[in-house]
Amino acid sequence: MTARLRVPDTARPGDIVEVRLLIQHDMETGFRRDMQGRAVPMNVITEVRARYGESEVFRAELGSGVSANPYLAFPVRALKTGEIRIEWVDSAGVRGGVSAVLNVA
Amino acid sequence: MKHHCEYSLFALVCLALPVFAQANPPQSGRDFQGKETRALEADEFANPGMLWVEQGAKLWREARGAAGKSCADCHGDAKQSMRGVAASYPKADANGIPPGRRVLSLDQRINACVESRQAARAFAWESRELLSLSAFISHQSKGLPIKVDITGSAAAAYARGKALYFQRIGQMNLACTHCHDQNWGKTLLAEPVSQGQPDGWPAYRLEWQTLGSLQRRLRACFFGVRAEQPAFGSDDLVALELYLAKRAEGLPIAAPGVRR
Repeated sequence: MTARLRVPDTARPGDIVEVRLLIQHDMETGFRRDMQGRAVPMNVITEVRARYGESEVFRAELGSGVSANPYLAFPVRALKTGEIRIEWVDSAGVRGGVSAVLNVA
Repeated sequence: MKHHCEYSLFALVCLALPVFAQANPPQSGRDFQGKETRALEADEFANPGMLWVEQGAKLWREARGAAGKSCADCHGDAKQSMRGVAASYPKADANGIPPGRRVLSLDQRINACVESRQAARAFAWESRELLSLSAFISHQSKGLPIKVDITGSAAAAYARGKALYFQRIGQMNLACTHCHDQNWGKTLLAEPVSQGQPDGWPAYRLEWQTLGSLQRRLRACFFGVRAEQPAFGSDDLVALELYLAKRAEGLPIAAPGVRR
């Protein structure tokens, strides 16, 4: 699984910056059948959490209504240089994560 | 006075040109998409096809097979070595993998390398690995005009592709040309009919919720006219790809595209 995370290269203290996230995931609804007619089990990303430094800044619960390869974007107020760490888990229990450093000066 | 004449002649030529030009210049499938879909393709970050490009970049450096070689071991930095490569496919390969100078699509060329140079098992059609590598390699040609060679051993494949393009098939009794030359720009059910240009492929198709190859898209058209679908990698599909590439000559590569 590949994921893309983008934060601005630099920000000034107090700036509101956009964090953009794109996760490669089939977001299998559980309603589809394969070529042999067997039901494909549901497997979707159920939860995404984002931490900036020590605090959680964003959390989302996704479901089968979200399309494959979900794209999420949210604003964050830049305070000091720190890591933005995003983690998610799908219905199969597979965890994924991606991180980037937000430089504040 | 003499200058006047020249100017008016120039103006006449300018006025006359678009009449001839408009019928002919190939127009990317992107231009037939809605505003949001075009915006998604143009957004370098949010374009979902870029996930495959990124994974392809990883696979490029990964050693594979009994030879323990990565793509990069032979080809180096893809930014240089693969620049313009996808714009010249399908191609009759002079290096002779496999021997016989058969015309190969880019996917087949990748698998020929995997099997002969890396001594690994070929990737399955439409597998994540093969699509990632072909998206990554195609992306290195972004903005470069399509230019294919249809001489020599490619001539027969080109002729076959062209014949197929004009051949009526299926229960609908339609050839490619009936939609994509004679009726592009009009609406078929709820969708605009495109010119069927290959510049944005492999593309992320929203209907598929995944990236797919041009051959998968061509097979969807066979299904649409209720004809028998040629197998992935069949000579017919490669020949069609070659004809489409020749027909699109000059159109810049825009892979990975985003389509409805």
